[in-house]
Amino acid sequence: MPVAKLLEKWTGSVNEVAIGATASEGGTRSKVVKLGGQNTLPFLTEEGTIPNPPSIAMEVVDMVNPEWPSALTEPFKDVINNPAKWAKKCQDEYKADAICLRLVGAHPENKNTSVADVIKTVQEVKSAVSIPMIIWGCGSAEKDNQLFPAISQALKGERCLMGTATQDNYKVLAATCIADGHNIIAESPLDINICKQLNILLLDMEMPSNRIVIFPSTGPLGYGFEYSYSIMERTRLAALGGDKTMAYPMIAVVSNESWKTKEAKAPESDMPMWGKAAERAIMWEATTAIGFLLGGSDMLIMYHPKAIELTRKYMQQMMKT
Amino acid sequence: MIVIGERINGMFKMVRKGIQEKDKKIIQDIAKKQVEAGARILDVNVGPAAADDVAAMQWLVETIQEVTDTPLSIDSAKPPVIEAGLKACKKKALINSTTGEQAKLETLVGLAKKYNAGLLGLCMDEKGIPDNIQARVEIGLRILACAMEAGIPTDDIHLDPVVLPVKFGQAQTPMMFQTIRELKTLSDPAPKTVVGLSNVSQGCLDRPMVNRIALVMAIANGLDEAIVDPMDKDLMNSMITAELLLNKFIYCDSYLTAYMKAL
Repeated sequence: MPVAKLLEKWTGSVNEVAIGATASEGGTRSKVVKLGGQNTLPFLTEEGTIPNPPSIAMEVVDMVNPEWPSALTEPFKDVINNPAKWAKKCQDEYKADAICLRLVGAHPENKNTSVADVIKTVQEVKSAVSIPMIIWGCGSAEKDNQLFPAISQALKGERCLMGTATQDNYKVLAATCIADGHNIIAESPLDINICKQLNILLLDMEMPSNRIVIFPSTGPLGYGFEYSYSIMERTRLAALGGDKTMAYPMIAVVSNESWKTKEAKAPESDMPMWGKAAERAIMWEATTAIGFLLGGSDMLIMYHPKAIELTRKYMQQMMKT
Repeated sequence: MIVIGERINGMFKMVRKGIQEKDKKIIQDIAKKQVEAGARILDVNVGPAAADDVAAMQWLVETIQEVTDTPLSIDSAKPPVIEAGLKACKKKALINSTTGEQAKLETLVGLAKKYNAGLLGLCMDEKGIPDNIQARVEIGLRILACAMEAGIPTDDIHLDPVVLPVKFGQAQTPMMFQTIRELKTLSDPAPKTVVGLSNVSQGCLDRPMVNRIALVMAIANGLDEAIVDPMDKDLMNSMITAELLLNKFIYCDSYLTAYMKAL
């Protein structure tokens, strides 16, 4: 006897957020990347539609972490000290959907790069690539609040994705994004209640609901991944169940989170039983990425081209079946 | 929880004035205010306000639909008045209401089918309101069966256990809560449960207090919908908090605001 498939029917859907603006929309990007819009769980195309499969942004930093293993620096060794060239390589050779420029160097405890120098880097990256841009602050609330108004102005019209806004520091970034037409990343520390609260605070400031992307924080594989996963899953279930305050696309930072782990960094001489260091590090990033895709990420930020290749292959396979 | 706003009723002075003077603004203001306050369906009842209640119902429905696309609950004891309302509705409507009385039930099930409307059924019949849970549930089942035979999906049926004033029949309120629980087990998918809440506080000194506590208790017993005054802020906040405590949505510090934004 044939058994009827039990299919879930959801009432809600995820808001669609567009990153990047072409000339006809007032920007200079060659394409627009759209996140969200689905009314079903990841890859479950029989239960709903997924108009925009997840995309991958490649991360470029303005200050390289000296602890990075050679497996990570190898593909970028000719460009690693020049964010603009690095970004162009990601676009031209590795076909990144977007570039995420992380301003690590601007942090007061790092190089404490001046606002003017940061703007210079931002402009260079903007000119070097034509794909949409994500600008990720340095993480110091005070410094980010100096940086973002200037960056936002410099990129006005480009409809970037900028972050992060947190529960304790969201006003400057939100006002800036609203004024200059950018999208915002709402970050919460692996806490679904704060995630929802921050969305409400942003909506109260009249941030348009099609310009918010949730960053629920990333716990990489082996280091709290399951917390991230369960929070993302609950967020998405709430959205599909009709809670409009949770119906935003989600972004995951796979890049620096997975390359920070011992499994990605430990040299073969320390851990001979773990196999080839380069392979395991790349697999760690790819596996973390795939986990996040299953958790509901609409955009992944990644580093290594090989890990990206593996993740893309998986994504294509899953979208086909 | 689905809030059905009760304020557009010819029993209320302002509404009566609006109907009698054909003053659209009065009616539209009440409609908009209820929607802003969280009503997801608006009940529409001509009441004793007009001689020609068929025409008045049609006018009310058209007037409300000029300012909101919130679905309407067409509330009348007379089938021709209900049909006039249903005909004018642009969105899927709710018929308020039938009882278990066979002739009435068949007529209203016929209208629900014809206009693809939901049907609210009171657990009472020509013999009145049973004073035991079992008999009320049996009437609920009768309404459900009649609708199912006509091909109406069970989740389009909204069963009301019948709310009586606590002041005049205290034994009735626990029965009402228990009936809500029983009605949810009648079919899969379950029928919706609904109460016309305000009747519970008839004659009480502090009516809002009785209303909101009764609503919270009914929610704890599985209530899906209530016909209430959404402008009663304490009532709405109690309702939202009850749903929070039942884990119906995700907590955040501004959960009261969030609830309204999430609608």
